[in-house]
Amino acid sequence: MTTTAEPAKAADNGPAEPAVPVTAVGPAGSEPPPPPADEEDIPVPPGAPRALLRSLLGPHRARIAVAMLVILVQQAAMQAGPLLVAVAMDRAIPALRDHDSGPLIAVTAGYLFCALLSPVLQWVFIKVSARVNQDILLELRGRIFRHAQRLSLDFHERYTSGRIISRATSDIDALRELLSEGLQELLTVFLSVCYISVLLLVLDWRLGLVSLVSVVPLALIARSFRSRSRRVYRRSRTSAASLIVRFTETMNGIRPVQAFRREKANDEAFAVVNRQSATATADGLLEIARYVGLSRVTANLWITGVVLLGAYLVVEDSLELGVLTAFTLYLRRLYDPVDQLAMFLNSYQSAAAALEKIAGLLAHEPTVAEPAEPKELPALGDTTVKGREVAFEGTRFAYRTGKEVLPPFDLRIPAGQTVAVVGATGAGKSTVAKLLARFYDPTDGRIRLDGVDLRELATPELRRGVVMVTQESFLFSGTVAENIAIGRPGATREEVEQAARDIGAYEFVAALPDGFDTDVRKRGGRISAGQRQLVAFARALLADPAVLILDEATSSLDVPGEQAVQRAMRTVLAGRTAVIIAHRLSTVEIADRVLVMDQGRIVEDGSPQELIDGSGRFADLHRAWRDSLV
Amino acid sequence: MAENRHDTDNPPTDGTEKTDETAGPGAAAAPRRSTVRSLLRLWPYARAVRGRLTVSVTAATLGMLSTLAVPVILGRIVDGPLATRDLAALWPLVGLLLLVGLLEAGLFYTRRVVLARPLAGLETAMRGDLFAKLQRLPVSFHDRWGSGQLLSRATADMYTMRLFLAFPLVFLIVNSVMFLAGTAVMFTQDWRLALIALAPVVPLFVLTRSFEHGYSGASRRAQDQNGDLATVVEESVLGIRILKAFGRHRSMAERFRAQSHELRRTELHKAHLLANLWAVIVGLPEIVLACALAVGAYLVAHDELSAGSLVAFLSTALALRWPVESLGWLLAYANEAATATDRFFEVLDEPDTPDPGTATGLAAPDGIRFTGVRFRYPDAPADSPDLLSGIDLHVRSGETMALVGATGSGKTTLTALLPRLYEATAGTITLDGRDIRDLPRQRLRETVAVAFEEPTLFSATVRENVLMGAPGAGDEQLRSALATAQADFVARLPEGPDTEVGEQGLSLSGGQRQRLALARAVVGDPAFLVLDDPLSALDVHTEALVERALREVLGTTTALVVAHRPSTVLLADRVAVLADGRIEAVGTHQELLRDCPHYRELMSGEAALAPEGSAAP
Repeated sequence: MTTTAEPAKAADNGPAEPAVPVTAVGPAGSEPPPPPADEEDIPVPPGAPRALLRSLLGPHRARIAVAMLVILVQQAAMQAGPLLVAVAMDRAIPALRDHDSGPLIAVTAGYLFCALLSPVLQWVFIKVSARVNQDILLELRGRIFRHAQRLSLDFHERYTSGRIISRATSDIDALRELLSEGLQELLTVFLSVCYISVLLLVLDWRLGLVSLVSVVPLALIARSFRSRSRRVYRRSRTSAASLIVRFTETMNGIRPVQAFRREKANDEAFAVVNRQSATATADGLLEIARYVGLSRVTANLWITGVVLLGAYLVVEDSLELGVLTAFTLYLRRLYDPVDQLAMFLNSYQSAAAALEKIAGLLAHEPTVAEPAEPKELPALGDTTVKGREVAFEGTRFAYRTGKEVLPPFDLRIPAGQTVAVVGATGAGKSTVAKLLARFYDPTDGRIRLDGVDLRELATPELRRGVVMVTQESFLFSGTVAENIAIGRPGATREEVEQAARDIGAYEFVAALPDGFDTDVRKRGGRISAGQRQLVAFARALLADPAVLILDEATSSLDVPGEQAVQRAMRTVLAGRTAVIIAHRLSTVEIADRVLVMDQGRIVEDGSPQELIDGSGRFADLHRAWRDSLV
Repeated sequence: MAENRHDTDNPPTDGTEKTDETAGPGAAAAPRRSTVRSLLRLWPYARAVRGRLTVSVTAATLGMLSTLAVPVILGRIVDGPLATRDLAALWPLVGLLLLVGLLEAGLFYTRRVVLARPLAGLETAMRGDLFAKLQRLPVSFHDRWGSGQLLSRATADMYTMRLFLAFPLVFLIVNSVMFLAGTAVMFTQDWRLALIALAPVVPLFVLTRSFEHGYSGASRRAQDQNGDLATVVEESVLGIRILKAFGRHRSMAERFRAQSHELRRTELHKAHLLANLWAVIVGLPEIVLACALAVGAYLVAHDELSAGSLVAFLSTALALRWPVESLGWLLAYANEAATATDRFFEVLDEPDTPDPGTATGLAAPDGIRFTGVRFRYPDAPADSPDLLSGIDLHVRSGETMALVGATGSGKTTLTALLPRLYEATAGTITLDGRDIRDLPRQRLRETVAVAFEEPTLFSATVRENVLMGAPGAGDEQLRSALATAQADFVARLPEGPDTEVGEQGLSLSGGQRQRLALARAVVGDPAFLVLDDPLSALDVHTEALVERALREVLGTTTALVVAHRPSTVLLADRVAVLADGRIEAVGTHQELLRDCPHYRELMSGEAALAPEGSAAP
């Protein structure tokens, strides 16, 4: 980095290869959403990466300037060495022969001074730049995280979890690498090349000019390396990614793999991607070998030429011997950084790609935006009714591709009513639920909660009003109690346990190795899907919302579990507004009102009894369902 | 030297990989084996490249020696032709300089080129072996090891090992040679100066080693914290619906903020250690050189040393700084590679599940018979009872048996014993009279088809995903299997059954995946069929249709169906109730409703419900 790198060191150090960052592949979500739009990646607005970089560096201007200044002086101290050697040889030694030790003492003192100054400055530089780097990374990580959280669900359904995770991990890593090593290296390399160039010119302008001309072929070689390695780099990234996908997919699906005897077929398929990755890796290594070889040949040719020229000048007495000595020492140093440059180019390339992707993510605006002037929900007057009135008014929803999922839709649910929505897959039930939970905003029309448009409510206010329990029952790392407490942070242990008891989850939780304190990641590997759903319910109970939406929330429960939930719901839902989406008709029994949906429209609407007694679809379904029962 | 650190520090990590390194089974308490012994285990793989490795080491050594030769030649030029103004003598020396320069470049090129393809090939071979081994290890192994752990072994660890062979291994040898050669050169120049120049070697070596110790601790910590951070990100994305539904992203962000600050602290600590080290590494040799310069100049002035020798000496001394400083890093890297090797062989040393079965066919039609089957998970707490504690069950040939039990009673586990995804702890299971342990596993799994509760699809076409249940089956079978599973949506996919699905393809809904998994199980008319709650994600309409079609398939096979609901139970001829690790009762749906209170509770949810009246289907 900043060592007075002499030949051996810089000549050939390190494998300098494109380290292919392994893209994080997140586990597939339990419920892969339908792809509403098939964009591969989000577009990056032109200039976004640069603007992002500016906004990140801006606050640290002062410290960056200090770091630059420090490294400037440090490099000067560092490069003074050979110059002092030249002075020693041309002045101090002859002076010493004349019994004048003054120059030697001065030179030695100067050398010592530089030897002490340069490490101190180096120390300061590392400390200052590390602080800047870490602050920038901290800021960027935070921005990615907060932004990903702010982005709407439609985005998350399109942009898979693995991609967001790799933005926050491997892309950040690429930047970290460049910031902590690459930039510093480039800076010192650049400075040392500048210093040495100036010194060479000062020492002897004729030799200096000849030496500097060598920059032209070296730059050409570096450029060709850069473009060639970029191609290889892309290829190796792609092959690494498909290798990882294949690997994780096989290991995560080891049961079906073994049950369906896929081992041999998988071996072969894996061998293909494995070989591709090997070829790409080797190609990358060969590119570096080529670059190192070519630039080293060029450098050595130049050195020989300069020595020859210098020798003639010395013989002609137009150059001092000490100057030539210093010159050759510097010349070797001038060519040292060529390998470092290869390293830098590699990490620069991956960091630039990473920054672009991050900028793309950050430039994406959430479609479900926070209101500029949030309104508040009217206070709940009547204490017996904890619910709120929900009204869909001409609500229409279409995907961005234009495909209409929900034609203009009107529905009024009075406060305190429990509504069950049934219908076949694709009837639009879940869309209604997600619109009400404001996971999406309607394309046209509006949804009002006690008269207030959902879009005018700030998130915390909205979430006090509406809570949704979904079929997917993800558990966060932490204890079971903590998972339930997500419903209401700050809830006491009694409240948490009571919620679990109310929903019929207490027994199974208590039976876990550490009860409510069981870490779900460590010991909870065998918490079944049904049990997870119970935890999700307990969470919702604890949240105590005015409007509760249950989207297929009982699909994995067995009959006793479902019955327990229903019993609990009867008491819990009393006075609350609830929308229950279900494909099991058993759930319907606790509803005050049933809506049957078909292709985005309500085709039947009435109390359960009315519909059962009628002759519509619901009556048919219900009859079939009764028949299947005990 | 800088680059070295650069390289050693950056194996491809994705942050999540190395997180639970310490939590990895066996990794926590295992005593560290000697680095050398661990690395020697790489020999079977390295053997294939030993010729190339030798060439590379030789090329690197010669390259380094030519590098060392350059200052000597320069010294000669200064002392000889230039001192005497003898141009004729200059030419051979300049020619030599050119030759050595070209040689140096050529050798460095060779060092890299000879190893590029062979080492990439070696990495591929090791990874292929790991993959093949992992696929054949029992499911219980995979229960213990997270896929992230395995992935880091297949990627980051492989990279570490390859890099070790390509670079640290070569340079451990080369640098030692070079150090000795350089020392010899210095001593030939002037022994007094040589002693001065060598003075910092020992302290530098000790310092870098001890620094390495502290630094590797800090960087392990940073890696862990990085992993924790990645976990928070991962969870916040996977659980986004919950966080949004409850408006809880702020508390998650708080957690993220706290952890990223912690990481920043660790990183700054790392930088602090690094700054200290660099200060010493940069400073100490410079100070020593200052002394050497003073002494050298004095000697030259008193004609005890030639000017050329001083130049050559200073160049050599500078040239030797790198091999000394690098030793610490190289050893650290060797350590890391040893760990990676251990982690690799940890998997490869895992004993294969014996598969001594030789029976080719089945005996008389007898169906499935469980006799005294017991099972407990290897990682179950010692004081817990066996999950299955003596299962006796007979599924008659051609019969469909429903398996019913409370959540967590072991239904899924019981079904996993049949294709030997888990091995029963005790007891026997027979298929048509043949003990499943007497059948080669391959043969057994051809005989038993399974649809799992969690429908996993692989990155392949729908056709491939379904037909993997019956290699060699054609379009006809595909069509009928899809029809049975009511997977008519397949026809509407962009490319029909040739549409890519899975991680890298189109994502399907839970119900759609479940239907494909069902099609995969029933394709090719398996003799024995195991279905684990095969209809849970289907809506009422589809469920009814699938049931109707499935009934036909079930008519021709012997089947065990895990059921949660009455509608699924009705597919079966008889029902077995699993409770407390045993089969509590077997009978028809009606009989059990009448006689088995537990069953009644499971089916209706109400223990006290009277059986009469509700029985008429």
